[in-house]
Amino acid sequence: MSISENTLRLCAIALFSSALLSGCATHQQQPLYYWGDYQATVYGHFKGEKGPEEQILDLEKTLEKARAQGRAVPPGFKAHLAMLYGQVGRSDRLIENLEAEKQQFPESTTFMDFLLKKFNPS
Amino acid sequence: MKQMLSIKWTALLLGSLLLGGCATQTKNYDYSAFRESRPASILVLPPLNNTPDINATYSMLSQVTLPLAESGYYVLPVTLVDEAFKQNGMTTPADIHELPIKKLREIFGADAALYINVKQYGTSYAVISSETRVTAEGQLIDLRSGRTLWQGAATASSAEGNNNSGGGLIGLLVKAVVSQIVDTLNNRGHAIAGVTSTRLLAAGRPNGILYGPRSPMYLKDGSPTLQ
Repeated sequence: MSISENTLRLCAIALFSSALLSGCATHQQQPLYYWGDYQATVYGHFKGEKGPEEQILDLEKTLEKARAQGRAVPPGFKAHLAMLYGQVGRSDRLIENLEAEKQQFPESTTFMDFLLKKFNPS
Repeated sequence: MKQMLSIKWTALLLGSLLLGGCATQTKNYDYSAFRESRPASILVLPPLNNTPDINATYSMLSQVTLPLAESGYYVLPVTLVDEAFKQNGMTTPADIHELPIKKLREIFGADAALYINVKQYGTSYAVISSETRVTAEGQLIDLRSGRTLWQGAATASSAEGNNNSGGGLIGLLVKAVVSQIVDTLNNRGHAIAGVTSTRLLAAGRPNGILYGPRSPMYLKDGSPTLQ
């Protein structure tokens, strides 16, 4: 009888320890943003390996996937998309995406307004 | 009876050791400036490249947004920031790093700027094994006060956790040379740089940056969360 009592206590200690452990093992349940291949697209952009049209396709696809899952896209995502649209002559989509970045992230206001003034000097 | 007692105490000891290991991190860094500043947005400047690999700057720059954003900061779009500098005749990171912070604050409106210096980037052949390593240092400066909020460094290597299993010496040498060539061609440095970037810039690490306002862990640095 005393054997099983100690065994039970050991089990309880083990369970308690692992519960506390798992509690401080991870800080976050899930990422704040849906990243897709955004950073890879950015690197391809910097290296000149991916043109604007190809990037737009990739990013719009990622955006759709994010929306389908109710997830937000990361800081800078829409701004980068805006720049790409500017490069292919779609200034309407450029402005739309800069405004969207501003709305999603009010911290970006100064820089977004700076860019909007350049493309929309009204 | 004696045996059972010692098992119980061992379990208790083990349990408390394990708990102690993941309890609050002892921060040696003085975070008083950081805590006073509480930046919400970070401007990452194109990193200095002190390596022989021309890819280092943009490889690192393209991978800084993730750890910083997930730590709760707004990160200014790195491509547009780079483009803004280029259009103003600033093409080298060295020139960019010299810009007055007042100017940076005026144009970008960020609360803080991150100055990164990549010190190692690439694959080196070291007799028996080759290794791809990326090492970087970072400094976070408040653009409103000019104060240094944080500095740190991180490194990552393809050789981590490598158990060089047996096999003849010749075999190892050949493998090292081949893997060095393959690694450089595949730009394995880029994958390693991603690890370095995360180690350098993710909040919640010992002496790492603090969590930002968009993180559920904001103001809770050093405390474990019980989910």
